[in-house]
Amino acid sequence: MPTILILSLAIIFLTACLAPTLVRYLGDRAGWLLALAPFSVFVMLISQAGMIEAGEALIYQVDWFSALDTSFSLRLDGLSLLMALLVSGIGGFIVIYAGGYMHGHPQLGRFFLYLLAFMGAMLGLVISDNLILVFVFWELTSISSYLLIGFNHEQKETRWKALQALLVTGLGAMAMLAGFLLIGTVTGSYSLSEITGMGDLLQANPWFTAIVVLILGGTFTKSAQVPFHFWLPNAMAGPTPVSAYLHSATMVKAGIYLMARLNPAFSGSGFWEYTLAIFGSLTLLLAMFLGLFQKDVKSILAYTTLGVLGVLTMLLGLGSEYAIKAMVVFLIGHALYKATLFLVVGSIDHETGTRDVTVLRGLRKLMPISALAGGLAALSMSGLPPFFGFIGKELIYKAGVKLNGVELIFLVVALVGNLIMMGLALKAGVGPFWGKPNHEALPKKPHEAPVAMWLGPIVLAFAGLAIGIVPFWVTEFMVAPALAAIQGTEIHHLDLALWNLVRPNLPLLLSGVTVLGGFFVFLNRARFWAISDAVLKTIRPYGPEAMYERIFNATIWFSKAQTRWLQTGRLHDYVFLIVMTTVGFLTWAIVSFGGLHFTVDWASYDLLMIGLVVIMIIAALVAVTGRSYITVLVALGVVGFGVALIFAYYGAPDLAITQLLVETLTVVLFMFVVLRLPPLKTISSRYTRLRDGLMATAFGGLITILLLKAVNIQFDHAISGQLAEMSYPEAKGKNVVNVILVDFRALDTMGEIVVVTVAALGIAALVKTGIKGKGKRS
Amino acid sequence: MKYFILNQASRLLFPALLILSLIVLYRGHNLPGGGFIGGLLAATAFILVGLGDSMERAKELLRIEPVKLMALGLLVAVVSGMPSLLRGAPFMTSEWLPGFALPLIGKVHLGTPLVFDVGVYMVVIGFALHTTFSLSELAYTEIEEHEE
Repeated sequence: MPTILILSLAIIFLTACLAPTLVRYLGDRAGWLLALAPFSVFVMLISQAGMIEAGEALIYQVDWFSALDTSFSLRLDGLSLLMALLVSGIGGFIVIYAGGYMHGHPQLGRFFLYLLAFMGAMLGLVISDNLILVFVFWELTSISSYLLIGFNHEQKETRWKALQALLVTGLGAMAMLAGFLLIGTVTGSYSLSEITGMGDLLQANPWFTAIVVLILGGTFTKSAQVPFHFWLPNAMAGPTPVSAYLHSATMVKAGIYLMARLNPAFSGSGFWEYTLAIFGSLTLLLAMFLGLFQKDVKSILAYTTLGVLGVLTMLLGLGSEYAIKAMVVFLIGHALYKATLFLVVGSIDHETGTRDVTVLRGLRKLMPISALAGGLAALSMSGLPPFFGFIGKELIYKAGVKLNGVELIFLVVALVGNLIMMGLALKAGVGPFWGKPNHEALPKKPHEAPVAMWLGPIVLAFAGLAIGIVPFWVTEFMVAPALAAIQGTEIHHLDLALWNLVRPNLPLLLSGVTVLGGFFVFLNRARFWAISDAVLKTIRPYGPEAMYERIFNATIWFSKAQTRWLQTGRLHDYVFLIVMTTVGFLTWAIVSFGGLHFTVDWASYDLLMIGLVVIMIIAALVAVTGRSYITVLVALGVVGFGVALIFAYYGAPDLAITQLLVETLTVVLFMFVVLRLPPLKTISSRYTRLRDGLMATAFGGLITILLLKAVNIQFDHAISGQLAEMSYPEAKGKNVVNVILVDFRALDTMGEIVVVTVAALGIAALVKTGIKGKGKRS
Repeated sequence: MKYFILNQASRLLFPALLILSLIVLYRGHNLPGGGFIGGLLAATAFILVGLGDSMERAKELLRIEPVKLMALGLLVAVVSGMPSLLRGAPFMTSEWLPGFALPLIGKVHLGTPLVFDVGVYMVVIGFALHTTFSLSELAYTEIEEHEE
């Protein structure tokens, strides 16, 4: 049933629209009801798992911009199914949790709207089969996550951080779009399922390196790889449910997803593989190093997320069967334990009023359920058996020991990374609950969180345990099909039982080292905190965030400078700038059309017209030199009516009538304003007047030349002839001018009347501000 | 009533100008005229009343706020482009009713271009009057003089 794909999207987006109304009537209990939407999507999708496992794919397609080879096509294969299940399944618990966490918040309805819209965008992203559609959903996730991260918009810092996330990921997405267009040009297709089969064609193309770099510009910014990692810890500024969702299953995984999705087309290329492996491992190392010094539980988790993103990217780059397998398993495991940990941390924050790990301890008696969930998740994150995290880590080491020569360095990186990550996991998930209680030091007297806030964590934590003990269902129905999609191969069975992994070999030994090392890091955590501030302060000026700030400030400075220069607020300057620009372009146009060569057909000017023109010239001179408004007005009127007469004489009655009416109206309108104007006197210097005179002469002269040349240009008479011919039979009108206006080129007229309307509103607004301000505003 | 002649003239000319504007609007398809010229003519009718009597009187005669008239005109223009969508033709393809004859007027062709022109007519009236009314407000409101 391919329609369930579009149905899923519709359910999420419609629920998003309903959310504010529901919250108005149900308050924060609405969370329970709203969670039905993602859960029903979860069920609908999981019902397709059997079919996906059999190697089929669900395809839903409708035409969109067929001329651009862009269709609205959705496709569900193994990888999409896995991601969509994480998005909807974890999303459901997040929605329930948010109802409890944001209890009584005046803008809860808006929050749910953003959250569900983000969920819909994320879901759309992972099931899109068209690159352009991928881009659309990608940008939707950027925008909705901006709203979520910046939800507490009263704080300036939050707004700054949300904007940072938007700018970094948004600019990356621009590069990615360019990459997509290049792919489309090279392969002639925007369909992902077609492109993934055209790896040879792509890699043989000279643009291949550019394509990879551009696309990585998008995925590295989204998935926060070095050097774009800095936005992610800052995104902690959002409410905790948002952090939990963005970091576990969605936003940051979007980049990983896209890289995995394109992997069949790019794998085999050394450039692709080494770039991913190197940047992934750098991200991992940097994240772990910085994570050691964090004292805020949420920040610790943010840096471990960063580390995991590094691991996933690195594994994708390594690209072996084991590596990809490890990546998929790690991705699932991480989604479960990271969501749990974030939610638990949110509960701690909510109940105690602090997130400072140096203060938090001994909460297990007071918050037993949260403590259990946090502990289980931390153990899974540490990679201890029998948790799912253990399988992921074992597979990483299995992939690692197969490496040769210099590539073995990635194994070392993985070992160091995992080791520190375990230390951080214990720090965040166990530390706050362990040890001697010191409730006096806490801002609030803690107690267990409400059911909405422990249900999600406990279910997700036990899920991580359950699928660790019995991994069969997950490995066969989720991992194997996803693996096939990432590698571009057929689906085959995996043998990933827990007992197959617990064998006395090198990987298990490395696991042992990890556990010991991790515990060592955990026990020595206070040593790192002691020097935390000093270390972070020292390295900050050299980090990419400082660079980002410099670029940001430079942009603002440039913008201000050019505004000061161009937007002086003086009408005189504006007119000068506009006219001179036009003069410049016109001169260029005239020169490129053969300069001053034109012939004047004197025979077409008779005495009557020449007389009229002479009168108009005199009137124009009077207008320029006139000493009173009335004189100037009358003189201008003479010019205007003269033009109307010329129109009438040469057979353009429509233009003539319009000109007459407009002239009349102008005179009337001017009369209203004239009373308000200061007396007409010379305020400009001689130099300015000379300059303006030259400018006016240049402009008028150029227009004259242009008109004379236009008459000489042998343009195609077929067009005007054809229009005149078609006018009556096609448009049932004999007045060609009018037929063009209202029929042939009606859309242009449409645009013009919109402009007219906007102009009227503008005039009224200007006048109104003048009246309201009683002249005090200048 | 400052200007007796202007006042009396505006009373007589107002309906005449309005009717003229409608005629010009309608005949635009075959002879000089159309929504733009018609709209300007109609606007002149109101402005004449505004000058001869008062702007308030002109507003009363208009019955609808110029802004709303512009909005309505835009709506009419957009909607006039839609009938063709029903039969799958592009937006703004002209659609015609079968021609018929009326006494005095003669053969009549009614179609979406005329409706579109009515939209233009309304927008132009709205534009001219909105501007006139705002500027006249400026002229009759006391403003503190301020030096630049």
